[in-house]
Amino acid sequence: MRKFIFLIYVWLIVFNWGKAWSLIEVDITRGNLNPLPLAVSPLSVDQNSKEKFKDLLKLEDIGVEISKVVENNLRQSGLFNPLDTKAFLQKPDIAHVKPRFEDWALIKAQALITGEVKIVDEKLRVEFRLWDVLAGKEIMALAFTTVSENWRRVGHIITDKVYQRLTGEKGYFDTRIIYVAEEGLKTSRIKKLAIMDQDGFNTKYLTLGNELVLTPRFNPTNQMVTYLSYFKNLPRVYLLDIETGIQEVVGDFPGMTFAPRFSPDGKKIIMSFAKDGNSDIYTMDLESREVEKITNHPSIDTSPSYSPDGKYICFNSDRSGYQQIYVMRSDGSKVKRISFGNGLYGTPVWSPRGDLIAFTKLHKGKFYIGVMRTDGTGERLLTENYYQEAPSWSPNGRVLIFYRETKSDSAGKGFSAKLWSIDLTGYNERMVKTETDASDPSWSSLLTD
Amino acid sequence: MSLNKIFRNTLLVIFASILLSACAVKTTGKMQGDVYTGKDTVEYLASGVPDRVFFATNETVLTTASRETLRKQASWLRKNSKINVVLEGHADERGTREYNLALGERRANAAKDYLMTYGISGNRISVISYGKERPVDSGSNPLAWSKNRRSVTVKAN
Repeated sequence: MRKFIFLIYVWLIVFNWGKAWSLIEVDITRGNLNPLPLAVSPLSVDQNSKEKFKDLLKLEDIGVEISKVVENNLRQSGLFNPLDTKAFLQKPDIAHVKPRFEDWALIKAQALITGEVKIVDEKLRVEFRLWDVLAGKEIMALAFTTVSENWRRVGHIITDKVYQRLTGEKGYFDTRIIYVAEEGLKTSRIKKLAIMDQDGFNTKYLTLGNELVLTPRFNPTNQMVTYLSYFKNLPRVYLLDIETGIQEVVGDFPGMTFAPRFSPDGKKIIMSFAKDGNSDIYTMDLESREVEKITNHPSIDTSPSYSPDGKYICFNSDRSGYQQIYVMRSDGSKVKRISFGNGLYGTPVWSPRGDLIAFTKLHKGKFYIGVMRTDGTGERLLTENYYQEAPSWSPNGRVLIFYRETKSDSAGKGFSAKLWSIDLTGYNERMVKTETDASDPSWSSLLTD
Repeated sequence: MSLNKIFRNTLLVIFASILLSACAVKTTGKMQGDVYTGKDTVEYLASGVPDRVFFATNETVLTTASRETLRKQASWLRKNSKINVVLEGHADERGTREYNLALGERRANAAKDYLMTYGISGNRISVISYGKERPVDSGSNPLAWSKNRRSVTVKAN
């Protein structure tokens, strides 16, 4: 599925050869107050290729631009501290062939990324190497060829490879975010579906804003999206293929369907259906179109999310009198409340690693994004604010993206809605750049594994 | 004896009245408890027939005032039997989006059920929830939130 969208051919030249024991290790499970200093040397480009890319992409120096993508990604992760390029002593082309490790050690770089960009048959060919400065050896080398418009993705793929090599876990940089772009007055907000790269670039709008749209979510296995649309003033769950633009209503329900999400295998949609003042959870198989009722309770049951093995579902219910988080088997049996702290709990989302459930908590007029183990123990609040909700996991289960709103007066002055991300340690909180105000973010899977 | 007893009784009365005033529903000009009672955003379906009812935080129960409004709507609907209505349920901004959609649906249905008990056919009433998407007051304060927790009856034809 992914292949026909982006033609990227990855060749492994040398991968982790000799199993050299690297001295560099980054622990991503703790708050990282001393991010690893490393140098991202601008990728070298020969004069001929530079001119051609200038014509094709209107970029002054494509090598510099790709390394900036890598540098920015690494900095945003909070785990790495990319050093100032002005301090670099060695030229990019020479560093890529044979780095003088003493020079790089002098500026306190522990790792070095070098590379080379070429034009080959009108395509972009990039080769990069990761060096352990202290051990004085190469620890990874890779080359890709792709259509030149994909140059930013090359930067993301390089970051993913470096992240994986240094932390031991898969990255999350070659990914996209789907979200709701917002404009206009708070009382008559115009909302559009939008999609962008994880770092805020290449924004595309998928709907025109004629009808209200909410809560888009990616299929973890392909380029489909499910979301809520008020098309013809009938709030229903829709399915959208973001490549073809074809969309359809999910199921034939005589009332509002909402809070959709895909099953981990991408074959079902789980959602709420509201009728006569009662919301219950249903699934629909996308192939057979078979609808199954999962909860049957006079309370509000909503915000369902599957465990990554598909065996369990966490969801939000007010059956105790107030909004709390519950877990049940995927057939609806063995319902168990797991949130017992003070306050109200909403929007549970199961981590792709399976170990944690992220949630929104409202307590004493403040909103928190937090995580708890799947049995409800070990609750940890990561961030507190006036208003924030709707966390979505990075594909490696290390970072959450959510949205935050600010206070406003009766004329709506002061109001804003923005995307924010925070890692599991709670230390690395950042605003995610968007062209407009934004809400309801959902993180895609890695586009290339 | 008596002085002591009078003194003690007086103390008790004072104490009780303090207790009572503490328990009494806090009333500002436009709210009772946290239910909106003012007329600020209210429109009229016909003379003397307000179009909306208001709810307490996280509640879907109709207040006495709400029931009175809905009875007026019901008698207006009985007199105008060709008019159909849409009940639009809303929540304030202090809740998660998905739960608020369910809450708005439940509020509008509470109003629908009441209209039906006063003889209005369910076929004439449809229901839509906007959750927290369409506030009437943009303010981030309890009074604004109380205006936004509402079910609004709108003519459908």
